Order: sequence, then C-alpha cells, then structure tokens
Amino acid sequence: MYRIVQKKSLNPTVTMMEISAPLVARKAEPGQFIILRVDENGERIPLTIAGYDRQAGTVRIIFQIVGATTAELNQKNVGDSIADFVGPLGKATEVEGRKSVCIVGGGVGCAIALPVAQKFHELGCRVHAIIGFRTKDLVILEDEFRAASDALDIMTDDGSYGRKGVVTQPLQEAIDAGQKFDEVIAIGPLIMMKFVVKTTRPYEIPTTVSMNPIMIDGTGMCGGCRLSVGGETKFACVDGPDFDGFAVDFDQAMQRGKMYTDFERHAYEETCNLFKKEVQ
Amino acid sequence: MAANMNPKKNPMPTQAPEVRCHNFQEVATGYSEETAMDEAMRCLGCKNMPCVSGCPVNIHIPAFIDKIKQGDFEAAYQIISKSSSFPAVCGRVCPQETQCEAKCVRGIKGEPVGIGRLERFVADWHREHVAAKPVKPASNGHKVAVIGSGPSGLTCAGDLAKMGYQVTVFEALHLAGGVLVYGIPEFRLPKKIVQQEVDNLKALGVDLETNVVVGKTITIDELFEEMGFEAVFIGSGAGLPRFMNIPGESLNGVYSANEFLTRNNLMKAYNDGSATPVFRGRKTVVVGGGNVAMDAARTAKRLGADVTVVYRRTEHELPARREEVEHAMEEGIAFKFLTNPLRIDGENGWVKSIHCQQMKLSEPDASGRARPVPVEGSEFDVEADCVIMSIGTSPNPLIKSTTKGLEVNRHGGIIVQEETGETTRKGVYAGGDAVTGAATVILAMGAGKTAAKAIDAQLRGTCAE
Repeated sequence: MYRIVQKKSLNPTVTMMEISAPLVARKAEPGQFIILRVDENGERIPLTIAGYDRQAGTVRIIFQIVGATTAELNQKNVGDSIADFVGPLGKATEVEGRKSVCIVGGGVGCAIALPVAQKFHELGCRVHAIIGFRTKDLVILEDEFRAASDALDIMTDDGSYGRKGVVTQPLQEAIDAGQKFDEVIAIGPLIMMKFVVKTTRPYEIPTTVSMNPIMIDGTGMCGGCRLSVGGETKFACVDGPDFDGFAVDFDQAMQRGKMYTDFERHAYEETCNLFKKEVQ
Repeated sequence: MAANMNPKKNPMPTQAPEVRCHNFQEVATGYSEETAMDEAMRCLGCKNMPCVSGCPVNIHIPAFIDKIKQGDFEAAYQIISKSSSFPAVCGRVCPQETQCEAKCVRGIKGEPVGIGRLERFVADWHREHVAAKPVKPASNGHKVAVIGSGPSGLTCAGDLAKMGYQVTVFEALHLAGGVLVYGIPEFRLPKKIVQQEVDNLKALGVDLETNVVVGKTITIDELFEEMGFEAVFIGSGAGLPRFMNIPGESLNGVYSANEFLTRNNLMKAYNDGSATPVFRGRKTVVVGGGNVAMDAARTAKRLGADVTVVYRRTEHELPARREEVEHAMEEGIAFKFLTNPLRIDGENGWVKSIHCQQMKLSEPDASGRARPVPVEGSEFDVEADCVIMSIGTSPNPLIKSTTKGLEVNRHGGIIVQEETGETTRKGVYAGGDAVTGAATVILAMGAGKTAAKAIDAQLRGTCAE
C-alpha cells in the first residue's frame, strides 16, 4: 500500500497528491509516468509524474477528475493509502544540450510540463513558458511556472485571466520576434499539441510532445498504448511517452482515445451517484 | 492387475458447450478417483518409459501412474513433485499430445494414456485432501533475486527456496503469476490454483515484491551492488505484441490478444463490477492459430460475440493445443483456414470488416511448415466490429536496455548457455519466453529449474572458496 502524505485541491477539478513511494521517488525524472490502482478492484491508470522528493521518498501526482477512477482517488485523504503505485515508467524527457526552450502546457498538462521546465531551468537553459487554460478558475501552478521560467505567458480561452487566446499565439509571436528555440516541448490535450506542431513545423523547430494514450500494464506487454509515429507502430509505455511531434499521427491518437468514452461516462456517473448516496 | 485395453481415453468430464460458452468457470471438471484409477490401468508400465523422454522436465510418469493404480494418490503426487513444481498448472496447460502422450505406446493402436489428465487429477487431489503447507527450510544465508513471477520465475524461486536460499521475486504487475494470471483465462486455469502455488512459495520463505519493474524501478546492477543479491534470474517473459502492419490496425475495436486477455483475466473486465472496460464485440475476428488465439476467441465468445478464427495455414498446422481447438469448435467458434488478412476497414474510426485473401500451401519454409501463398483474385470481406491480433510477441526491451553485459540474439531473446541458463553476464541467469520468445509454460518451468540448479552450483562454489 502507498500512503498519501499530502493532498491539495488546485482548482475545482484538479487535485495534487504526494504519495509515499521511495523506490519510485529515487529514480523518477521529468517526463516519466507511474501507474496506480486506487483499490483492489480498481483499474490501472497512468499518470505522468508531476514532481518528486528523493529525500522524503514521495512522488507528486496532479490529476483531473474526469472519470470513475480519478473520482475515487479524489475521495482519498492524507493518511489513506492506495493499493498500487508502480514506476517510474517510460523514458525521461531529454534535457541535455539545450540552451533555449519553449515549454507549452495546456490545462492539467501544465502539471507535467512544470517538472520539465524546472529541470531545464536548473540546468541553466533559457525557459519560455506558455500555459493555457479554459478560464481563470482553472489556472494552476502559476507561481511555480514563474519561478521556473525566464518568460511566462498565461492564456485563457475566455480572457478571464492573462491574455485571451490559445497557446500558439504567444508561440507564433515569439518566433516572429526572432526568438531562437532549440526545442519546443508541448504537453497538454492532443488538439493543443497538434496545433503547436503545426505552428513550429514551418520553422523546423524540433518539437517534442508527451503522449498519454490508453494503457494497462505500462511495461511493454499489452500493446494498448500504440501510436503511429512516422508511419511506424510505437508503444508510448516503452518507446515514449515523449515523441517527435512532427512524426506523430494526432488524428489517429484522438480517435483511439475515444475507445471507451461511453463506458467511462457511465462508470463516472455511477461512481458519482454512489458518493452522493454516501453523503446523504 | 490386468491392463485396461480400452483403445480410448476416459473422456474428460466438461461443462456442456452451450452452458460454458456463457460463463468463465473451468471447462474441464476433472476425473473422479474411479475414472483416474481406470485410466491409470491403461498404462502398460513400459520398462523403457518412452513417455518420460517426451516430458520437458522428465517426470517419472509410469511410477506416478502406478501409484494411482494402487489408489495411493498422495504418493503419486510426491513422485510428480520431485520433477515438476506446479503439476496442477501443467496438467491443464501442457501440450501433452506433442510431449509425453506423443511417445505413449498405447497411442500406436488407439489413444495414448491420458497422462495430462492424470497429472491434473493427482495435483487436484493433493490440493483438496492434503492441507499441509510447505515448511520454510533453514536459510543458507545466500540471497537470490528472481525477476518476474511467471512459470519460469516461480519455478526457479521455489527450487532455490527449498535449498535454503533467501529468494526475492520482483513482479512488475500488482499480482503474481505472470502469464498464468494475465494471459491464460480462468476457464482454462482457475486463478485460485495459481494463487495457491504463490502462497506455497511464500510459505517456503520467498519474498514477493509486486509493483517493481526491474530495469526501471531498480536495475540489475543495484540488485547486486546495493541490495546484496549474489545471483539474478531473469524470467521477464515475452514482450510487445506483434501486429501485421496492415492498414486499419489502429482502428477502435482492434486489440492485441495480450491487451484483450489482460483486460479480462488480470483486470476481470468481464465482471460487470470491474472498473476496467473491455469492448464486447458483436462479431469478433481473431487472427492467429496458437493457444493465445484460442484463449482470445473463447473469451470473446463468453463476452457474447460471434467469433471467427482466421488462420493462414490449415487446421493441420494449427499450433494450438489440440484440446483447445476442439473445445473452441464445440463452443461454436468458426474457423476460416487458409485465410490471410490484408487490411481492416473502418467506419467512423471503428472496425467494420476485415478484408482477407485466400491462401494455399506450398513448399515448407524455414520453420518446416508448409508456406502459405496467396491465391490470385480470391479476396473477400468478413464482417467484424472487433479484431484481435494474436500473431506472437517480440521480446521486452526494458531489462536489456538498462543492463550492461547482457547480450541478446537477433530476435531480441536473451542469450544463455543451454545447460545452465547463464547469460553473457556472470551471475545473471535467464529462462522462459525472455530467452526463447513465446513458448510453453512447461519449457519455461524447465528453464527455471535448470537455472536454479546452476545458481546453486555457482553459489556453493563461491562458498567453498
């Protein structure tokens, strides 16, 4: 069992937890992920690592409450335990040799983009961070990003905070202003990453995206997380989750992401009803 | 006692096909004591014991059958136990028709003795009647790490523990058993049997660490340098599923057999209460002809689908265990032989049909099997909303990529010395599918045994120095 040592609500739908998992904390690097199960009958879900404290032996996860499993996880509190927590899985984000990068985060993807930004910042690389959210209430990790970047753009879809617009706007402006990036790293919804790639492609700026497909074992056994990258079948769990954004077939990934939408909606509603009953 | 000269085996009692294709309970229900003794009487007790040479772990078959004839089932169990760690598993999943039973003299004029069924009977009898848990032997103070808790890892761990080694098994998943729990379905191998074998290992003093991915969470170097292990056995199993690389394989509704089976077996997605989803096809096509393909087809059937198995050779070349093919056919699963998929067609991102080509057999290929070649102008569509690819796996790259000095062959299998299982790195042994690519449970168990013996020899050699 893996104990929850800290819990904090970052916004109404996003929660941060620190989980005691010394073996994972010892090895975790930005870009890698873990797989957890909340309880004995739980589903295995992958979550990208949002931070780690090697000394304390804890790993930070930040998750959006989108389905039954994340709703159940969110019911747990400090001192409770979850059944399984395995990692770190996947390859770490490559950080060597870059002098100037642009980190683009969207929504809860910012939680994963942050440790990547922090790592580059630590290494003395210039970090231009662009983070985007639907609306003001959903903005997370602003202070942390400010501390880990040399320039920060905050965007909201409705203009209720920061600037109104999408993340590709400040990216395009920076490119137009002559800023040179060795790499652009985009982490967020598939549609956002697709458009970041569309923005950088004409300038041939190497662009890395972090993929988060459906997964079960996470160790290279089931093949559920397959993606088409440069026309080849790749597995996000062992070949990724970072991939060359120019080579990823985003439309296919979006289609595959919908495989269990109906099941998930149904399970989520059932779980919510169950919690409501418990409250009553 | 005169031998029973009935040319046919005592049939295995099973759930009726029309009943079992709606449930996940075990298909074969096992021999009674009377039937087992009657079947045992069919054994002629040949002096030269051809059956033993057909067994990958050389179980003393005539001796254990002789004990069944006498009604001394526990003595029969003890004889099997000397050579095989998990007879309840092997009696159920070994391809006896190509091993022990293929060599049985009774098979020349009729059916061979039902050796597998007798093995299963003996193991089940022991489990139900003998409560004694194994006793932890005195420790010899030496630590050995085993990576993976599938057939090879559990066997290696068990043998070493019995010799007094302090064994830790590291398992990547949340549950021990490897392919026995994520791959082979409940209706063929009840999970409580696997769990009991795992519990027995724990009683022997084996430590089990789940949720540890060696190569990621810890490395083999750390096992030696920081954790004080003196030898390591790698039984990490087969790896990533192969796909055909034909158009349409990324459509929704296309599974690898590994994913489909893992969702159902490990995650129990067939239970309405499971949090793990699985797509229940209306018309499911399984591509492939091995045991895994049969398992996938029969699982899909139990989820309510009309199932067709598509295989590019003929029924004669099917690599699956004969009994599984027969059971599948009885359960109403259709087979399209000499059929090869060319592409999967979709609609709105979901599978709609699978476009196939008729094949015919030609000269044997490198594997010795007749090579299927396309028949020109013979293309046709098979309606499907779910396609399960069951055409094998390629080795898992995780351990190799994080371990110095570990050589692999061109297929990615770990290179070992056959007699010892030792890899190209000193003190590191390997066996099972991680070495051979997808093979059988019993071969993996044999490799685990070989390595345990070699590890013991190495570490005792070290002590003597």
